[in-house]
Amino acid sequence: MTITYPDSTSDRTGGAGSVRAPLLDISNLAVRFETPDRDVWAVNGIDLEVGAGEVLALVGESGSGKSVSMLSVMGLVPTPPAVVSGSIRFDGQELSGLSKREFSAIRGGDIGMVFQDPMSSLNPVHPVGKQIAEAFRLHRDTNRKEAMKRAVDLLDRVGIPNAQRRARDYPHEFSGGMRQRAMIAMALVCDPKLLIADEPTTALDVTVQRQIVSLVEELKDELGMAVVWITHDLGVVAELADRVVVMYGGRVMETGDSTDVYAAASHPYTAGLLRSIPSLDTPTDAQLPEIPGTPAPILEQLVGCPFHARCPMTEGDCTGSLPDLEPVGGSGHASACLHVSSMGSAEDLWPMDVTELTESGSTSETVVTISDLKVHFPSRRKSRKNRHSYVRAVDGVDLEIKHGQTLGVVGESGCGKSTLGRALVGLVEPVAPAIQLRGEPLDTSRGLHRQKIQMIFQDPFSSMNPGMRVADIISEPMRIHGIGSAEDRLDTSLKLLAQVGLPDDAATRHPHEFSGGQRQRIAIARALAADPEVIVCDEPVSALDVSVQAQIINLLRETQDERGIALIFIAHDLAVVRHISDEIAVMYLGQVVERAKRDLIYDDPLHPYTKALLAAVPDPDPSGRGALAPPLVGDLPDPADPPAGCRFNTRCPVAVPGLCDVEVPQLREIESRRWVSCHLVDGPGGQVSEPQAGSEAWSSVSLSEPKQQNNEREEDE
Amino acid sequence: MSAAEQSIPTTRRRRRVSVADRLGLTGLIIVVLLVVMAVFAPWIAPYDPTERVGTPFQPPSAAHWLGTNDVGQDLFSELVFGSRVSLTVGVVAALVALLIGTSVGVLAGYYPKRLGAILMRTVDVVLILPFLPLLIVLAAYLGRSLINTIVVIGVLIWAGPARIIRSQVLSLRSREYVLASQTMGAPDRWAIMRHVLPRTALLATGTFVRAVSGAILLEAALSFLGLGDPIQKSWGSILFWAQSRGAFLTPAWKWWVLPPGIMILLASLGFALIAFAMEERINPRL
Repeated sequence: MTITYPDSTSDRTGGAGSVRAPLLDISNLAVRFETPDRDVWAVNGIDLEVGAGEVLALVGESGSGKSVSMLSVMGLVPTPPAVVSGSIRFDGQELSGLSKREFSAIRGGDIGMVFQDPMSSLNPVHPVGKQIAEAFRLHRDTNRKEAMKRAVDLLDRVGIPNAQRRARDYPHEFSGGMRQRAMIAMALVCDPKLLIADEPTTALDVTVQRQIVSLVEELKDELGMAVVWITHDLGVVAELADRVVVMYGGRVMETGDSTDVYAAASHPYTAGLLRSIPSLDTPTDAQLPEIPGTPAPILEQLVGCPFHARCPMTEGDCTGSLPDLEPVGGSGHASACLHVSSMGSAEDLWPMDVTELTESGSTSETVVTISDLKVHFPSRRKSRKNRHSYVRAVDGVDLEIKHGQTLGVVGESGCGKSTLGRALVGLVEPVAPAIQLRGEPLDTSRGLHRQKIQMIFQDPFSSMNPGMRVADIISEPMRIHGIGSAEDRLDTSLKLLAQVGLPDDAATRHPHEFSGGQRQRIAIARALAADPEVIVCDEPVSALDVSVQAQIINLLRETQDERGIALIFIAHDLAVVRHISDEIAVMYLGQVVERAKRDLIYDDPLHPYTKALLAAVPDPDPSGRGALAPPLVGDLPDPADPPAGCRFNTRCPVAVPGLCDVEVPQLREIESRRWVSCHLVDGPGGQVSEPQAGSEAWSSVSLSEPKQQNNEREEDE
Repeated sequence: MSAAEQSIPTTRRRRRVSVADRLGLTGLIIVVLLVVMAVFAPWIAPYDPTERVGTPFQPPSAAHWLGTNDVGQDLFSELVFGSRVSLTVGVVAALVALLIGTSVGVLAGYYPKRLGAILMRTVDVVLILPFLPLLIVLAAYLGRSLINTIVVIGVLIWAGPARIIRSQVLSLRSREYVLASQTMGAPDRWAIMRHVLPRTALLATGTFVRAVSGAILLEAALSFLGLGDPIQKSWGSILFWAQSRGAFLTPAWKWWVLPPGIMILLASLGFALIAFAMEERINPRL
């Protein structure tokens, strides 16, 4: 059997690359993986070009073929099991069919790569500088000393403070953000013409993500290289990309200049993605528009639009013919939708459910009271000064959780938000009893009182026993607490399955037969089974595909509305919690720095850290380019040894020396139900006490600042 | 570009039978044959192995395929009935080892701090004990009986399985679904019985089969030294008598020493091959 995809190269309208030959020209690329059980058609005939100096964003969910297509550019797709066809031209040279040796000359030379997980891409037993120098010596005829100098220069360039010294450090001594910077330095070592970045920020905090995006933006201007940025998140690349290619099911769905794609999405999928991603300006009183279903792997040759099963405007011919990219408007904007002409506005296509959810009043009773919660872990690294040092994961947190309301807990990784959640469900022991459920103190002992607080984990793949059937998984809490007879439990399980939108026959299947979104539905059903009063959701959507996140958020909201459950929604991103939370607590290094009603936090953030977090949220609107606040500098300090004074003072752009680094700010209620812990925020009204100095400092902060500071420091030594 | 250049050829493929699978099948056949021999011993053996059925020290003949021993018992019948003893001791001793090993492994893995430390140091002690001398001392002290042989072997070989199972439990106890059951309010007993044990069962089966192979060898060694049950002769006991009647130095080794030796080898090899194939499939990938 052979497959042939129509060659649409001739139909292509010239974009930026039409003036001269593009740097990277992929035409009719197809990749299929043959495994003993089944074939997976990962890439199904895509055409793509990248001009010199251009930033192309390749957007798609897992299984869309975005990574596979770029890996085949670099010759990194293993054949077999993969079968690759089509033509890949880079800088005038045909890449398909090159030998391994020829490929490795190009890889790391003219094409640099950055991968998602910087820890696994760096060799843990060699110093970072040496690894970068080695990459240089692989491609250039130079001695060890020269190469090391180059490595240090580059580390300095990508913003590693004290590069000379840090070059001798090992990867585990770097933070996640610094490792990714080091990976970028390694990719740049031979002045590549093209940098391929495969989800380089997905494993990082939003604040660090902003830093990396800004860094790449600076570097490509400086070095004049082209960048292909692979991501699942349309928001991340909005500020960066010149052109966007949206992929689904191994096909290009839409391509065009980023302003066109974001402002006038011309494919139902793109429009749906843009509508369903929670952002800072979607209305909160209605449900998020959701794209139904889940992305499925393609197991046979495509004969129709891969998106037809989830598309609201599918017609009969969508399954029968493979749509090609057709130009819409000018300047290279093209869409692979047969019915693009009849596509209405994004709002009509993906309407928001207007049935307003009942807004729960602020008068409702308090279910959980947390007062002065402290969770300390013995530190593995014993400092010489203090033999019994502790990581203060949570260090004095007061919160209340009200019936039928949602408390959003936000902060970078390492801020203690997950530990807070775990303390609530009894997985970790607080230093002193601090949690009360309706006046009853809670401890870590197992037993009936655990029934009322349940938890939903981040990873729906690992939080279920793969050997159990779904019905048994859902009924587990009931069996633990001995609720009902076996028939009752099965009955309840089936009811819960229906409630979370899964069919009855799911009950007898095993979790591996479900997609991530469906498993998270099972996890919700399991959490509901014990009839709890509180559910702790620890990043419940961050492991899910973008198009599925809205479904889960909506389901959680509906469930809460029906049952009056209190939710604690833990997330690293302010945009995600906004849609579901009534109140938000922002955490930094084990402490709550600001806590207020949702709209207050978003409309009028007071604490500098809250402002920084808000600024770091990727905004899927390229027109806002440049208007954003600068990214937060640096990384989270070591929680075992928090900075003196205000814990945020080391990264705070408005910190006042002599005050913020000496005195510990208290969390004060500056107005009714609004708490801030900052010296510079004054009483009611919440004005920054030194508005002049504050705003100036805020706007003058830039990425170059830490480097200058470090230079100074170096000179001092 | 022509259509031919753009096409992806579909290659024919077939699930490959791995070397491990083939070896495992060989082992399975050997074991099944031996078990059949043990179960149907009275029908297969031409004589009662405890009866004098001919003149002593006969070479092989049509009446006595492997000749007779020093008291005129039929050696072939002894060999057939010996499989019952050898296999029973091997399997039951391995079961004893598995029981101890799994309990210790699960407890040490689930409570790795204090209890785990104590248990694992015990395991270390058992592992470094000089095996055979201790085996001999224990067997000699406890007396010669089938039960004692089983107990002695079982008590000595549980440490290996315990270590393997502990490492699996260590990884299982931090899986999110075990944490999840804890957040639901499950006691440790629940997590162990519902989540940890079922997920270790397969691994335990693999170590069990391997232990059977070792136990058969140990039983042979004990019996060869004359520490086996004097009433029920195993393959090892046949060798013991052959040795004490000087068969090793006479032409009789060909029918008195070689056959039980080969049976011991086959039994041990058969279980070892099955264990190898199982471990290829079961063992967690690193």
